[in-house]
Amino acid sequence: MSPTQTSVITPEIVREHGITPDEYLKMQKLLGDREPTLTELGVFSVMWSEHCSYKSSRVHLKRLPTRSKLVVQGPGENAGIIDIGDGWACAFKIESHNHPSFIEPFQGATTGVGGILRDIFTMGARPVAVMDSLRFGPIQNPADKNARTTQAELHKNHSIFEGVVGGVASYGNCFGVPNVGGEVKFESCYSGNPLVNAFALGLVKRDQIFYAKAAGEGNPVIYVGAKTGRDGIHGATMASEEFSEGSEAKRPNVQMGDPFLEKLLLEACLEAMQTGAIVGIQDMGAAGLTCSTCEMGARGGVGVEIELDLVPQRETGMTPYEIMLSESQERMLLVAEKGREEEVFRVFSKWGLDAVTIGRVTNTGHLRVLEHGKVVAEISNTALTDDAPLYNRPLARWEPNVPREKPAGVVLNTASNYTEHLKRMLASPNICSKRWVWQQYDSMVQTNTVEGPGSGDAGVIRIKDTRRGLAMALDGNGRWCYLDPKLGAMHAVAEAARNVACTGAKPVAGTNCLNFGNPEKPHIMWQLSQAIDGITKACEELEIPITGGNVSLYNETLGEGIYPTPVLGIVGILEDVERTTHMYFREPGRCIVLLRGSEPGDAVDAEVEFGSSDYAKEILGSLWGFPPALELEQEAVLQECLIEAIQSGWVDSAHDCSEGGLAVALTEACFQRGVGANVRLAGNDLPLECVLFGEDASRVVLSCDPQHVKRIQKLAKQYGIRAELIGETTADTIEISVEGKVVISAPVAAFRTAHEGALEQALNAELISTAAD
Amino acid sequence: MKFGVLVFPGSNCDHDAYWTLKNVAHQPATFLWHESHDLENCDAIIVPGGFAYGDYLRTGAIAKFSPVMESVKKFAASGGLVLGICNGFQIIAESGLLPGALMRNAGLKYVCKNADVRVEATDTPFTNACKEGEVLTIPIGHMDGNYYCDDATLAELERTNRVVFRYCTPDGRVTPEANPNGSLENIAGICNEGRNVLGMMPHPERSGEAILGCADGFKIFQSMVNVGVNALAAR
Repeated sequence: MSPTQTSVITPEIVREHGITPDEYLKMQKLLGDREPTLTELGVFSVMWSEHCSYKSSRVHLKRLPTRSKLVVQGPGENAGIIDIGDGWACAFKIESHNHPSFIEPFQGATTGVGGILRDIFTMGARPVAVMDSLRFGPIQNPADKNARTTQAELHKNHSIFEGVVGGVASYGNCFGVPNVGGEVKFESCYSGNPLVNAFALGLVKRDQIFYAKAAGEGNPVIYVGAKTGRDGIHGATMASEEFSEGSEAKRPNVQMGDPFLEKLLLEACLEAMQTGAIVGIQDMGAAGLTCSTCEMGARGGVGVEIELDLVPQRETGMTPYEIMLSESQERMLLVAEKGREEEVFRVFSKWGLDAVTIGRVTNTGHLRVLEHGKVVAEISNTALTDDAPLYNRPLARWEPNVPREKPAGVVLNTASNYTEHLKRMLASPNICSKRWVWQQYDSMVQTNTVEGPGSGDAGVIRIKDTRRGLAMALDGNGRWCYLDPKLGAMHAVAEAARNVACTGAKPVAGTNCLNFGNPEKPHIMWQLSQAIDGITKACEELEIPITGGNVSLYNETLGEGIYPTPVLGIVGILEDVERTTHMYFREPGRCIVLLRGSEPGDAVDAEVEFGSSDYAKEILGSLWGFPPALELEQEAVLQECLIEAIQSGWVDSAHDCSEGGLAVALTEACFQRGVGANVRLAGNDLPLECVLFGEDASRVVLSCDPQHVKRIQKLAKQYGIRAELIGETTADTIEISVEGKVVISAPVAAFRTAHEGALEQALNAELISTAAD
Repeated sequence: MKFGVLVFPGSNCDHDAYWTLKNVAHQPATFLWHESHDLENCDAIIVPGGFAYGDYLRTGAIAKFSPVMESVKKFAASGGLVLGICNGFQIIAESGLLPGALMRNAGLKYVCKNADVRVEATDTPFTNACKEGEVLTIPIGHMDGNYYCDDATLAELERTNRVVFRYCTPDGRVTPEANPNGSLENIAGICNEGRNVLGMMPHPERSGEAILGCADGFKIFQSMVNVGVNALAAR
């Protein structure tokens, strides 16, 4: 029985659905040479959207390494899963919610968090940690330059920033999952395209994992959770195109989040899973009921038939098209064992949630949708999934519009007041304390947080009933990827892994969120392809499989693209969580050791690389050159050596050297306890700025008991890397000298004031200047 | 000593309190569902943190009508120990077990951080393991922790020494800067006239073990356990 055709599909309607003429021909062929119904066209349009089908990126994503001895579930499910020992596994993934967050920051961010949490607990895992990687346009203009961003734009950025942070906080806090870290960055290119990448991680017993797979002909298909409304229709399609002037009109496409309902859904789902009556389960995220029905059917090699009259609805008069495409939040679809429906219903009723049988599993391999008993859509699952369009889009090598060598106008080694410069660096938007952000997040609920936001390179949680812990970090550097997408992406992997290693944990798996512009432009496709090459290379060298993630394309407004921004989330295992190390100096009288994987480059290299640094951006107001060189083999041994030193109990503190270089890393390590540092550095014939603020890769600042210095140096030698004793911790002053000459000196408190208050000050200043307008 | 931990839809610190009681204090503990009147012969009740009923309408405003709270009120009236933490404090204040109200934080935002509180009264079943004036580091995490009551109530609280905790500096000074949410007189926790009901915004279960960075909060649970031990000895 073919569905009854109720309307004529015109080329205009096809185009409005973002379907190309060729895709429309393919669609008709897959339907057995007939026209789709409007409902079917809607179903195809969301499943074939970039957001759901990965049609532009799939050919490239295949290159990523996805396996290791610990990987239980790689890409293709709701989340990746790794074995973490003692009978436990962890599910984790990162996902973007960029487009909705630009249009409606608060709700865009809440539903981003809600979606990733459902991805985790649909696998049977209780979410135990979240982190966010956030990028916004500037909220202040540099004081000493001509304002480049208009006041209106600054204000818009500010309101997006407040809205997103408020949304992340509101959802996670109520749901009851600790936010243990992440990153917040500001760059002009994110003005029209903020990036909101949410990461979540959950724990599940190794033998209690659930999959999003339908099975068993005749088994009931059950809808649970919130009722379906008209919200979010075409959300997935919206995320698959550029923004234009009229994008504000898309606000109704953004869904609304209800964290309280999600908390009930979590508890009910985990409890229902314990009954043993559930065969498979998937959340209704992007493309809602459409995606969950056809994907569950496709994975199980079966069909799914549903009757829309049975779907709980919060509005009257919804058409099949609207019901199938709604992206109402906090809903799940599950397949139960026939005859055991009541066991499932009982649990959901206890938690006050709807649970209704809306259909059954068939043997047809088709998604069949009925309304009042009449077929309104019937499509083979594979037509929507495996047979979705796949593009090998043209690539074109591209050069950023920046000089590759230091501009003549930029002069280094000027013997400036570097103490002042360090303060300015510490107060700069990308380096300053993000306390204003993370104090709004509950970072301690569940009582597992060993290292929360703001105090370490990575978040660390303990795993109750075991001695183990997990460390996790997010990292990305858009500016570096802009200068060199491949090298920049390698750095993102290396730094996220190094952050994890700084806690003493061994990095074992990763997830990635690839944020790029319009893939129909060959140079953007080239950036994406290069970044994937970089991630692949770094992950292979560091033995970190990618178990899943998300691609967000079309991050462009009025043709202006973002920096290519791959964000990596890396998870590491601590066999003994008590052995974890913090980033801060504990007390005076300890030795400070710089562990470095590769030798410093010569002055020519250093100057070329210095153009990509935060110092060049913040103090010199300039951008040139390339990201720092990265020797992956050396990075790998550095991390191994670091972990062994920490696990041997020789290390008091370990802090990654990244944005702002050594001077910033040393100062940051002083803040927590107000301990000072006296550091003596070699000049290596480099400009002073490069010695202090250069961002060479593969470096970690350690502190230790003086008696352990020799041991650490011996270990480093065995690994073939260097461990230089560069100074000692002191009472309360930071003093850095280069070649015997003091170049930075001030009390810790002075630096801390600059670092801690900068963000609040910038936000207040922006509000005051807006009020004055 | 048997502890009962209430579970409302939206409670999210219920498991944390349960864990601390079971695995750190080594006491029998059970969850009590909001729809039941049965307190299962518990010797002490914990009203945990979270967002009971989504905190819709007003924090604690819906939870106070739940069947379990009817039983908790009777239990408290007969002298039973009730500890309300964070959202639990909001709920027992709404229920009338404690005077005053918890308003939106002065900063209008959710605040999660370590807070220092000074123990003002040690003659309660919740603070008998503390010294008077002792400073405890206990995390806070709330949007509505700004304690308020009228002048007469405040005078009565002070006169009967029922302000149990005040936000303070690390060295124990009660200053405006140490006040994270605008609470009247830096109040972080108060008890009832019978001293058997305590409401506090800080989360003692979040600083109950050294691995979490601080174990000061455990003293609250230890104090309650002491009451049970003493009662047994007296028998």
